[in-house]
Amino acid sequence: MVREIERVAGIPVVQVATIVPIMVTVGANRIVPGIAIPHPLGKPGDPEEEHAVRRGLLLRALKAIVTPIESQTIFRE
Amino acid sequence: MKLELCKAFVRDVQWGKRTCLAGGVLQVDKVSALALFEGEKRFSSVDLDLARPGESVRIIPVKDVIEPRCKLSGKGECFPGIIGGPETVGSGSTLVLKGVAVVTVGPIVSIQEGLIDMSGPATEYNPYGQTCNVCLVVQPAKGVEKAEYETALRLAGIRLAWYLADVCRGAGVDETEVVEAADSVEGKAAECGADLPRFVYVCQAISQGLLHDTFLYGVDVKQILPTLLQPQEILDGAMVSANCVSACDKQNTFHHQNNPVVLELCRRHGKDLNFLGVIVTTEMMTLAGKIRSSEYTAKLARMLGAQVAIITEEGCGNPDTDICMNAKNLEEAGIRTVVIGNEVAGQDGSSQGLADVVPEMDAYVSCGNINEVVVLPPMERVIGDIRAIANVSGGDEKSIRPDGSIACEIQSIIGSTNELGISKIGCEWV
Amino acid sequence: MRKRVVLYMNQFFAGMGGEEAAHMPPEARTGLVGPGTAFAEAFGPEAEIVGTVVCGDNRYTEDMEGSRVLCLELLRSMSPDCLVAGPAFNAGRYGVACGDLCRAASRDLGIVAVTGWYPENPGKELYGNDVYAVPTPDSARGMKEAVPAMARLALRLLSGVRMGPAREESYLHRGIRKNFFHELDGASRAVEMGLKKFRGEPFRTELEMPVFKKIPPAAPVKDLRTATIALCSSGGIVPKGNPDRIRVSSAMSWGRYDVSGIDDLTPENYESIHGGYDRTWALEDPDRVLPLDEMRKLEREGVFGKLYDFVSLTTGTATSVANAERFGREIGEIFKRDGVDAAILTST
Repeated sequence: MVREIERVAGIPVVQVATIVPIMVTVGANRIVPGIAIPHPLGKPGDPEEEHAVRRGLLLRALKAIVTPIESQTIFRE
Repeated sequence: MKLELCKAFVRDVQWGKRTCLAGGVLQVDKVSALALFEGEKRFSSVDLDLARPGESVRIIPVKDVIEPRCKLSGKGECFPGIIGGPETVGSGSTLVLKGVAVVTVGPIVSIQEGLIDMSGPATEYNPYGQTCNVCLVVQPAKGVEKAEYETALRLAGIRLAWYLADVCRGAGVDETEVVEAADSVEGKAAECGADLPRFVYVCQAISQGLLHDTFLYGVDVKQILPTLLQPQEILDGAMVSANCVSACDKQNTFHHQNNPVVLELCRRHGKDLNFLGVIVTTEMMTLAGKIRSSEYTAKLARMLGAQVAIITEEGCGNPDTDICMNAKNLEEAGIRTVVIGNEVAGQDGSSQGLADVVPEMDAYVSCGNINEVVVLPPMERVIGDIRAIANVSGGDEKSIRPDGSIACEIQSIIGSTNELGISKIGCEWV
Repeated sequence: MRKRVVLYMNQFFAGMGGEEAAHMPPEARTGLVGPGTAFAEAFGPEAEIVGTVVCGDNRYTEDMEGSRVLCLELLRSMSPDCLVAGPAFNAGRYGVACGDLCRAASRDLGIVAVTGWYPENPGKELYGNDVYAVPTPDSARGMKEAVPAMARLALRLLSGVRMGPAREESYLHRGIRKNFFHELDGASRAVEMGLKKFRGEPFRTELEMPVFKKIPPAAPVKDLRTATIALCSSGGIVPKGNPDRIRVSSAMSWGRYDVSGIDDLTPENYESIHGGYDRTWALEDPDRVLPLDEMRKLEREGVFGKLYDFVSLTTGTATSVANAERFGREIGEIFKRDGVDAAILTST
């Protein structure tokens, strides 16, 4: 799905997902690893920490949006 | 280890004043059976119903299917950690009521389960149209948490299955299958000779959270590292299903008890192969968990000296990454692999069927496209609730036609694409 | 009743000449033309060749629409049960014409249509998923094998019998998977495959590993502070009540929802319906899958320009690749139309 949005709209699309190998296989170009399958942008436990984690992942996704890349890239930080 | 499977054949099930098996007919005393659940506060109602092969009966929504078994001799008891204690099972002799299944039927909790038909086209897709089914139909008590309800229903099904075998332990045995092999790697090599290829069976068990779990000796598989089992342990109910969704490829407890890969490898042990044993591994929800289990599995296989690994999957989607990782890691360790899985190729069959692929997965046995649509005729009687089809994966509200027939994906039929390879279903290019 | 078969062939096989006749327009012939005699023999008593449509290869491929219409008209006038086109061997223009006409005949006239080509023929690339084609050698020296193979396939399709897999029916598969029941159960098939693989003997995998399409990455956004960013998810998050009835798995649709007035997803306004994971955490706080709350904060802080008013949502479990690709295309079109600069898609 990500690949087709990117191809048709010509815009960078970042995929945030936990099972990175699948994202690589299906052709997502900008990948941010998520936390866990049932809560890719969540970390149940301490609410403050959770918000910080979510924000951190989104900032990483925004960084991926402005980063020029040649091929599929996993943004781990 | 030597296990005798003592099979008492059942060809009919009837209500009776006393639960017993005679002349191939299982009589069930409803009152005694229901008394097992007296005081179970997690259910607001419990009932039993019978469904026989050939009847115009549809059972929906199905949670689990369990074959009645109990130990006649040998250490421990079937379903260790649940009915039995913690002792290692798989030795001695076990009574099997062959031709009977306990089917647990429960209402909508969240995402629902599948159906079993006792006649018509759906019977091609699982063994349960040919078994005499004792259906445990349950309603959860108000306010019971999902986790509590699932646990209660899982235990109830196993308890009922064990009770039926236990009460019938005096019944005559019609056929005994002996499953025997040396305990150690050395012993197996001695009885097979060096020429026979050494096989290991890698059994992926789903371990992803409420409604997607498996228990091994009563331990939640989410919590384990990959581990080794003798094949006989699986046949004695060491693995129990707590997987309540994806009707087509969830492994029922019945499937574990009758694991066809285990049985086939056992039957050929010493003839054209050496069956070293079973590695039970996980299907975790995090990437780290998947990598850990996969590398660990490859390590165990190497330590055993395996030359060939048969890998089975449970479910589809992210578990496809586990079979890819296992195929890759085992092949890189010099072990030839075969994977048994299924496909999600869309209703028209034209979609790529796997969520993940890897070139090393070059020997794949396909147990069907889960999205293929079938039309199931209306049945005269429904055990459970027919409206559950709207929430079953593979169906929706429009599935039920005005004449009562159902057009649904085979995804909605219990066990239709079972990835242990228990059925003859396959998938081909047209 | 004998089945009525019409043949299609190009100018060369119809004996009209080579390249110089390649522009000839569609024409109908009676009697047996070119390989018609061989086909008549191959069909035997069960079918008769009632006519032949001939068209120049250049004519067809240069005016596909016009030629197709004319050929179909000629076909229609012969009241056929079946069209047999070619075989085209490795001739590219001929293969394209055969594939195109067979597809049209099957779709518009509802008749059986069969062709034959060398597997590298460009016609197969374009039409292989739409037509029944028998594999042939790469040149007309293969006519002796191709003709009976095509006739056999045509007769099987005409008989209405339940067809087996492509490899058993000896035609090139059309990229479609279908369930069949084997002699042996899956476990036995796996053990047999394992033994063959170990011994180095040839074996047939039941599913070949595909190679997924990759695309070159889109250029990055130059200035985040003025960028409009859209949030999407295949994690099965939907407005409470799932108003558009998106399926819990094998999704057939996606939904577009206005979040311009929403700062935070809660169990009151949104929920998770995904059938493939434990929804406990997502139900407690849908932001864990669709991170609207933090995106809103980042928007207010000016880290990026604007959060696009609509979220695009569906369920990713057991969703066929074809549907996922279609959703992606539809969403992409809307983003293009509305000037969205980038997107973040979350999945479980």
